[in-house]
Amino acid sequence: MNTITPSKLEKILAEGHFAVTSECGPPRGANGEVVEEKANLIKDHVDAINVTDNQTSVVRLCSLASCIRIKQMGLEPVLQMVTRDRNRIGIQSDILGAASFGINNILCLTGDHQHFGDHPQAVNVFDLDSTQLIQTVKLMRDEGKLLGGFEMKERPKMFIGAAANPFADPFEIRVARLSKKVAAGCQFIQTQCIYNMEKFKLWMQQVRDQGLHEKVAIFAGLTPMKNVGMAKYMKNRVPGIDVPDYIVERLAAVPKEKQADEGIKICVEQIQELKEEEGIRGFHIMAIEWEEKVPEIVEMAGLYPRPKINEN
Amino acid sequence: MIMAKPKPIEEIINEIKDFNKVLIAGCDGCVTVCEAGGSKEVQVLASALRLFFTKESKRIEIDETSLTRQCDKDYLRELLDKIDNYDAVVSLACGAGVQFMAEMYRNKPIFPGVDTCFIGVTEERGVWTERCQACGQCILARTGGICPIARCSKRMLNGPCGGSEKGKCEVSPETDCGWHLIYERLKELGQLDYFSKPADPKDWVSSRDGGPRKIVREDVRL
Repeated sequence: MNTITPSKLEKILAEGHFAVTSECGPPRGANGEVVEEKANLIKDHVDAINVTDNQTSVVRLCSLASCIRIKQMGLEPVLQMVTRDRNRIGIQSDILGAASFGINNILCLTGDHQHFGDHPQAVNVFDLDSTQLIQTVKLMRDEGKLLGGFEMKERPKMFIGAAANPFADPFEIRVARLSKKVAAGCQFIQTQCIYNMEKFKLWMQQVRDQGLHEKVAIFAGLTPMKNVGMAKYMKNRVPGIDVPDYIVERLAAVPKEKQADEGIKICVEQIQELKEEEGIRGFHIMAIEWEEKVPEIVEMAGLYPRPKINEN
Repeated sequence: MIMAKPKPIEEIINEIKDFNKVLIAGCDGCVTVCEAGGSKEVQVLASALRLFFTKESKRIEIDETSLTRQCDKDYLRELLDKIDNYDAVVSLACGAGVQFMAEMYRNKPIFPGVDTCFIGVTEERGVWTERCQACGQCILARTGGICPIARCSKRMLNGPCGGSEKGKCEVSPETDCGWHLIYERLKELGQLDYFSKPADPKDWVSSRDGGPRKIVREDVRL
């Protein structure tokens, strides 16, 4: 398979391997070493590291600076970018800045509404939405143009990703919306964290029915549960997340000190099951403030060692 | 129609408490329909203010009037003869009316008596909801007659986001997801083609981002 960017992630997929990504959330302060510590915990077990962009609208050290740090450690960052906080001028400028440091992966997101964050009084920008951000990056990369029409000498070579939530209502919109992102130029998808496997497989079936799995690499998103409290919180309080009762019950059935292990076990079983699902090309493991568990999950799921890629 | 809501009376008292003669000026346009600034609300506010200042043993004279429209010079001129009898005016018109009155009567402080909220509709008596953000370039033809800019909390043009649940917005379970409504309506109309095509980045120049807006139409100028 041909690749069109220098992205290591794109190469791994092109060679037919399952890709493994994880994420690290930057700190709510100026200590960039936190990012490096988190990256060090997972670097040998993942192919690329997403850095969240002020996730849940809480102000954090910026994704771009964190990605530069990760790149300078010799690792592969995925720049998450939301359209909530910057207009098309700021966004394109940051994309060029990222490209200038050899950052070759971007995840295009609209972003959570600021209502949920630590600055609910803020103006939101939303000059573009996630689909339009995909279009923008593609225009910059493939046509060498900015949205304003200016032709650049040096293009940003981004492998373009986006998110998809197979569980939001109404279910029938979800594949149509994915199709729109693919039409806009999206090359890989990291899904919302999956707990309801039946519903996810139904979504994948619809994805395959439309042939979308051949146009976009789908990474199953997984977040291990730390305990039954987290499962209940995710079930009842987090919009767009579908946690079936049997997950909550399974965690509740083991003693408190064993619940973390059970959560890991569920996650590993999910990966093993999803490896068999046609169209799944990778796994995105979002161990929220639990990055140290990622190596264990990757190893138990039989995804270790990670493939070595010739960088040339 | 422009929707407004009455300002808290404490805020108005605070603005006018040091004057001797104050005129409360309503507007018979939009703010009458949304029961925030018409002649009825002028009466209610004036009575409440008189009661308050009487109790405080303050002598402030408060008069009432209402104009056909405060966004129109011809009607604003109706105050020419009497404006000098007052130290200040509380206008219950929308923000446009307050400003137009201030432009005409430059030596009078004009205070807003309502908070201007949005362009919307009367859902039922006492319930008003937003429908339009006056972006200056209507896209309703492609969105099933439902505006994503006014109805989506993220004003997405390729929605819905992943946070909508049971047709409700992630920001509030009381708010319909605009894109859910759009999708359902396009489906009813057999126009899902409009949904399947990615909408390009919007030109916001015609919205507030281009600076204060102006329409000049030679065909209707005198």
